[in-house]
Amino acid sequence: MTIDLLRDKGTPLDNQKFTWKELVQPTYSKLDDDAFTRVRVILMNGIETEALRFGHTCGRMNRELQLHLARVRRVEQHQATLVNWLNPPDQSPLETTIGYEQVAIEVTAAIALKEPNPYLAQVYRFGLLEDFDHMYRYSALMDRVEGKDANNLLQSYTDILPGRPTPVEHRDPCDELRIPYDRTTAQLITKLHANTLMAGEYQTHDYYMNIGPTYPDPTGRQLYAEIASIEEQHVTQYESIIDASESWLEKWLLHEATEVYNYYSCVQSESNRRIKAVWERFLDYELGQLRYVADLFEMFEKRDAAEVLGDGKLPAPIDYVSHREFVRETLRNEVNLTAVGTDFVPFDNQPEGSLSQSYREQMNAEGSPSERVARGYSWAPGGELSQQKPRTAPQAPVANQPTN
Amino acid sequence: MTTTHAELGMNRTGIATSPLLTKDMIKGTSEFPPPALGDERAIANERVRYARGSDPVGSVPPPITPKGMVKTAGTALKGESPTQLIDKLGERLAFERTGTRLYEALLSKLDALGTFPGGPSRDDLQQIVAEEHSHFAMLVEVLTKLGADPTVQTPSADLQATMSKGLLDVVTDPRTTLPQGLEAALVAELSDNDCWLALQQLAMNAGEQQLAERFAEALAAEEKHLTHVRGWIAASQGR
Repeated sequence: MTIDLLRDKGTPLDNQKFTWKELVQPTYSKLDDDAFTRVRVILMNGIETEALRFGHTCGRMNRELQLHLARVRRVEQHQATLVNWLNPPDQSPLETTIGYEQVAIEVTAAIALKEPNPYLAQVYRFGLLEDFDHMYRYSALMDRVEGKDANNLLQSYTDILPGRPTPVEHRDPCDELRIPYDRTTAQLITKLHANTLMAGEYQTHDYYMNIGPTYPDPTGRQLYAEIASIEEQHVTQYESIIDASESWLEKWLLHEATEVYNYYSCVQSESNRRIKAVWERFLDYELGQLRYVADLFEMFEKRDAAEVLGDGKLPAPIDYVSHREFVRETLRNEVNLTAVGTDFVPFDNQPEGSLSQSYREQMNAEGSPSERVARGYSWAPGGELSQQKPRTAPQAPVANQPTN
Repeated sequence: MTTTHAELGMNRTGIATSPLLTKDMIKGTSEFPPPALGDERAIANERVRYARGSDPVGSVPPPITPKGMVKTAGTALKGESPTQLIDKLGERLAFERTGTRLYEALLSKLDALGTFPGGPSRDDLQQIVAEEHSHFAMLVEVLTKLGADPTVQTPSADLQATMSKGLLDVVTDPRTTLPQGLEAALVAELSDNDCWLALQQLAMNAGEQQLAERFAEALAAEEKHLTHVRGWIAASQGR
């Protein structure tokens, strides 16, 4: 299948229709479907909700685009619904969280490997090691509070190992901004990568903010609060790599191209036939939306859409495969990095008394949930209880002993 | 000592708290009647339609060892359903593993708030933690010997996890008391007792006499847990 972003017409916007029943289709199976089906469903919900978020923000600033935006958004609302409702009801919020972190690891790794801009590839590897650690912490939570094995969801594609320790990921905002790509010289794939990861991280942040308070265990509640804060940092990072001088319509066009690219990637790799048909249908819908926005772009900006979309050829799709070796290699080489301004430096080279250091000390002053949940935790098939013989229950806390 | 009953307070959920507001609300239902006729059967009808169009939650994977293949085939030849036994063994394994964590959380509650007259001691709860864990370990061994993968989340294990999520939620909520946590444990133990009995019978039906005996031992331990938990709850209620 070859996609031409400049010529393919897809499904015309007026023909993009749904019924309520269509929006609520049979789900994938948490137990029997491939883990990457869940990964794709989660990411595509993120891509669609970013489209909605962008559309609303753009509408607030551009009166003349409001009706056009509302028309496209109405379809995107229903695309997001159909996609997100493919998640099954027997998948608990914490299990879905494991899925979110698998998205963050495997999709970020796939993108870091293909990113032509070496600085941005470094940005992605930097974020990757932090999400990698989140997987470890949430898996420990699941094992130690619920007695469940996160690998039932990961299906051994993704490691459960410590990454850059979450307690040291907290940084001052001045160390969260990165150098953006230049809209005039960056390749299309660079823009698609940045938009994809921004969307993924944004929905992860929002998801943790919504479900965190539903978790009853105090360490779990704190862990969601802590990791949601890192996701806010990640959104800041990924937003900052996008050239802020792109016009609103240029950004809209790139959002649509990102959606096309992602549905195309899903079509290439989906193993569930019923869900593959959803991706195919929405690829056609997105091509129709891209055409609609390209026409607006050319009408309002008097510029050729090819200025943004290049020759119209879609880059190679995202690889939905395990990136174990790449992630481990990155872990070996870069776990010790931190950010100072827009640069990445070894943690020890961080200036003494920096704002990030003070911020970290403040936030961790009463203990660190991510450290507490995974103290001594080493993943084993079936959970850590399968390694302990015979079981000794935790001792009673000693009076006056710090409980952090 | 922990509290054994809810205190008098300002619970606002009933209509008696807001009689005038409630009167207005009731009046409104006369002025604004339902826009469509019918009843809850419409929801039931939709459930039926979706149930007929849905795939199962999941499946039981094939055995992982040649020995398991033989065992499964042998049982199948007897007209039994080998996947049912594996599914239910997987269910019990997951339940006992989660049960270990549930009683650990009850221990935290006891450590935080203390016990009550006739309530469990730390040693009582620790012993149950140890027994839940030993049942889990035994099931790992049993599944492995049958040639099945003990790390699989079987469909029944998945559904039991969905059912018992609320129990863990009650026990790990820092606001609940030890007696409230024990009520969650009671629901778990009631289910556990029935399921061990079912496992024992399934093992016998499959001709696995030795297994059935081991399950009978586990059932005996779980019956004791149930008796203890019932007694502690009764004591907390002054019965």
